[in-house]
Amino acid sequence: MAKVLIVAEHDGAVLNPSTAKCVACATAIAGTEIDVAVLAASAAAVASDAAKLDSVARILTVENAANEYALSAILAPQVVALADGYDYIFGPSTTFGKDLMPRVAALLGLNQISDIMSVEGSHTFKRPIYAGNAIVTVTAPTGKPVVATVRTASWQAVDATNSAPVESADIAVDIPSHTRLVSVESGQSDRPDLQTASTVVSGGRALASSENFDIIFALADKLGAAVGASRAAVDAGYVPNEMQVGQTGKIIAPDLYFAIGISGAIQHLTGIKDAGTIVAINKDEEAPIFEVADIGLVADLFKALPELTNAL
Amino acid sequence: MEKILVGLKRAIDYNVRVRVKNDGSGVETDGVKMSINPFDEIALEEALRIKDRGDASEVIVMSIGTDAAQQQLRTGLAMGADRAILVDAVDSIDPLSRARVFQEIVNREGVELVILGKQAIDDDNSQIGQMLAAIWGRPQATFASKIELNGNTARVTREVDAGLELVDVDLPAVISVDLRLNEPRYVKLPDIMKAKKKPLDQIPIADLGIESSSIIEDSHFEPPAARQKGIIVDDVAGLVSALTEKGLL
Ligand SMILES: Cc1cc2nc3c(=O)[nH]c(=O)nc-3n(C[C@H](O)[C@H](O)[C@H](O)COP(=O)(O)OP(=O)(O)OC[C@H]3O[C@@H](n4cnc5c(N)ncnc54)[C@H](O)[C@@H]3O)c2cc1C
Ligand SMILES: Nc1ncnc2c1ncn2[C@@H]1O[C@H](COP(=O)(O)O)[C@@H](O)[C@H]1O
Repeated sequence: MAKVLIVAEHDGAVLNPSTAKCVACATAIAGTEIDVAVLAASAAAVASDAAKLDSVARILTVENAANEYALSAILAPQVVALADGYDYIFGPSTTFGKDLMPRVAALLGLNQISDIMSVEGSHTFKRPIYAGNAIVTVTAPTGKPVVATVRTASWQAVDATNSAPVESADIAVDIPSHTRLVSVESGQSDRPDLQTASTVVSGGRALASSENFDIIFALADKLGAAVGASRAAVDAGYVPNEMQVGQTGKIIAPDLYFAIGISGAIQHLTGIKDAGTIVAINKDEEAPIFEVADIGLVADLFKALPELTNAL
Repeated sequence: MEKILVGLKRAIDYNVRVRVKNDGSGVETDGVKMSINPFDEIALEEALRIKDRGDASEVIVMSIGTDAAQQQLRTGLAMGADRAILVDAVDSIDPLSRARVFQEIVNREGVELVILGKQAIDDDNSQIGQMLAAIWGRPQATFASKIELNGNTARVTREVDAGLELVDVDLPAVISVDLRLNEPRYVKLPDIMKAKKKPLDQIPIADLGIESSSIIEDSHFEPPAARQKGIIVDDVAGLVSALTEKGLL
């Protein structure tokens, strides 16, 4: 039986849903036994979340004050110490996993596969390249562990009906002091999370100011939706960076996506390729967004949006 | 500090609509515009600004690839880099070997800061910086949107899923840059002329003791699943009923 180690993503208190998607990817490989590693300052809460994930054999916890916040230079040697005997070492292709997993791979003297979207065989996977304009089938060498990130938008989280055993792993590694967290600034909000919300309303450059974005938030509130944005809207300072959707922002797969005043550049479309239904509102009927939209409305957003919000 | 090393990858220009070849052997590159990976231009701009402020004395640009990459290195020299290194290798060389090439050059040159793009927009890998930092045993600050140097440390603002993270990293270090870090300068004609005289050294990869091969095999390329073209509704009422019909409201 092939052994898989998944590095859990969490914020110290709650397990990130990306982990359940990595588990889903691991189950697509025939005959695997799946362990989840929780590296934290105190791991109990996150470990008990992870233990509920279906198909997971056991949770390994590593508690260390240095793990209070996820810094790859600190986590990577610990993951390497845990990795012994595993055939696959996976993390999510969120900024957490993208930062960590190549460091883990290189410490192991291995390459890393980024953004697994499907499993084609024990060492063969599909992944997107060129901002999703091409899909390539890649084969990793056999006889060596496969280190990879899992493209979260391609996988449905496994259910949480399990109760896997939790064990603390005893590892001794030197923790470097050359990398130190200063602070984290995140736009605290009680809105649904952009990466997991079933409905997302995104605004683009056309919103023209951060005040005008209020009409995007108003629609999102009506729909119980998360709010996203194009790069142009983020660059212009209308909304913070964590709201950017696309090649350099978040790759999402909501059931329903609204692109409002967004032209539909390939780099933006990369982020929404897996959305269920795409709705576009744009005053330019030639806008490329209409080529991918399931429902398009050619209109001035400043007129159409309040109307839509009122109609709901 | 003495030297900053910047990686410039030759990649299909970001404005090109990339197409997969009919036989699935790769993507169409014939007659396609090639440029510096856009993130790498930002990396170079940042290195030049650090030098302009007097915090570094030399900016070296480096590419791993075929002769064709000379073009991108010349552009980098025209932007203001002092000299260029081209390590000859096949374009399909695997990421870990590329990180090892960077490590060799870092050692030879005594580089204290490596600035790379956060990802190459062809492979979309986002790996080299992290791998180099790992084998070098040094800090990494990926996805940077702001870099402040204070003596021997760099305070880097990183764009992460949660928002903005601030980290202090001791030098030497590897930083990979995101799009909001800066606006790269335009190259002026006299600079292009001047760049022709700047040194561009070519080193065969074998001289670094590294093999140029692809370890992860790309066996087949295909276009992504196409989305069906949808409907256009006349007005907001039409939109609401279309959504209702689909059971989305
Ligand atoms: C390497 C790289 C990575 C990138 N990564 C990303 C990324 O992750 N995400 C991303 O989004 N972009 C990304 N971009 C940028 C991308 O190429 C586009 O520039 C960007 O998506 C444009 O944003 P926009 O659609 O909001 O603005 P624009 O392209 O300016 O479009 C605005 C749209 O609003 C419409 N409009 C204007 N006024 C109104 C109105 N009153 N009512 C209705 N419609 C109106 C216009 O018709 C137009 O279609 C990247 C670019 C590069 C080079
Ligand atoms: N062949 C190459 N030559 C020069 N720099 C490279 C090369 N490949 C990657 N890089 C650098 O590493 C960064 C990240 O690339 P990647 O990890 O391949 O997505 C790029 O933005 C470049 O700065």
